[in-house]
Amino acid sequence: METSKDKTISTKMGANMELRGRSLLIQITKELDHHNAVIIREKADQLIDRNSVKQIIFDFANSEFMDSSGIGVIMGRYKKIIFTGGKVAVTNVNASIDRIFKLSGLYKIIDKYATIEEALSK
Amino acid sequence: MDRKNAMSLEFDSRSENESFARIVVAAFAAQLNPTIEEIADIKTAVSEAVTNSIIHGYEGKEGKITLSCSIDGNTIHVMVVDHGKGIADIKQAMEPLYTSKPEMERSGMGFAFMEAFMDELEVISTVNEGTTVTMTKTIQEINLFS
Repeated sequence: METSKDKTISTKMGANMELRGRSLLIQITKELDHHNAVIIREKADQLIDRNSVKQIIFDFANSEFMDSSGIGVIMGRYKKIIFTGGKVAVTNVNASIDRIFKLSGLYKIIDKYATIEEALSK
Repeated sequence: MDRKNAMSLEFDSRSENESFARIVVAAFAAQLNPTIEEIADIKTAVSEAVTNSIIHGYEGKEGKITLSCSIDGNTIHVMVVDHGKGIADIKQAMEPLYTSKPEMERSGMGFAFMEAFMDELEVISTVNEGTTVTMTKTIQEINLFS
């Protein structure tokens, strides 16, 4: 079991998660499909619930694929933190994942940045 | 071009097989020399169809999914068949943002992505018998010397 003292969680199966201040950095390390979405959702929600997270950054530098399950994961986390004034960002998005975000209309509610550092500075 | 080829395989309705299925189809489609974008389109569409069978068709229970592909000239046909619960209202299921499982954080974009990323999409379903999704995409031929 992780405690709130743990700053880094590696799920081994989909993402590395790290708290940077009040930002939760979720680095997707595999393809973000339904299989990995279920695992990522569970781990992320543990961290969001135990820490007052104000920003969630989904980083895709190490992920080349996402389908509609990824939209569900991001939307779900967005709904969790929007009521406390939180924000969601995506970074290092490749062309095919970018098309998925555009098609789904997700950019209307989340921000895209080139790098993690840029997202953290917002 | 009279290129013809076909393959078929059956696998369990486990979420691990979502990546397996899309990698298989991407590898099979490679003989048509698709662009990276075309491969991404096909992988997304296959992922959506197989995920639907696992989540909605079999609702997480054990079942078999059949994936068949055929190539005819520059066109690839992909068929995903399950023998799950079927879809009562296909028109509603295909509406963007409609999902029967919001509690599972489904975005309701599955069929919309299949339609957007493939040239043709056909859904045939019978309640309590199962669902067959057929998708077609023609790969554009690039002539470097034209």
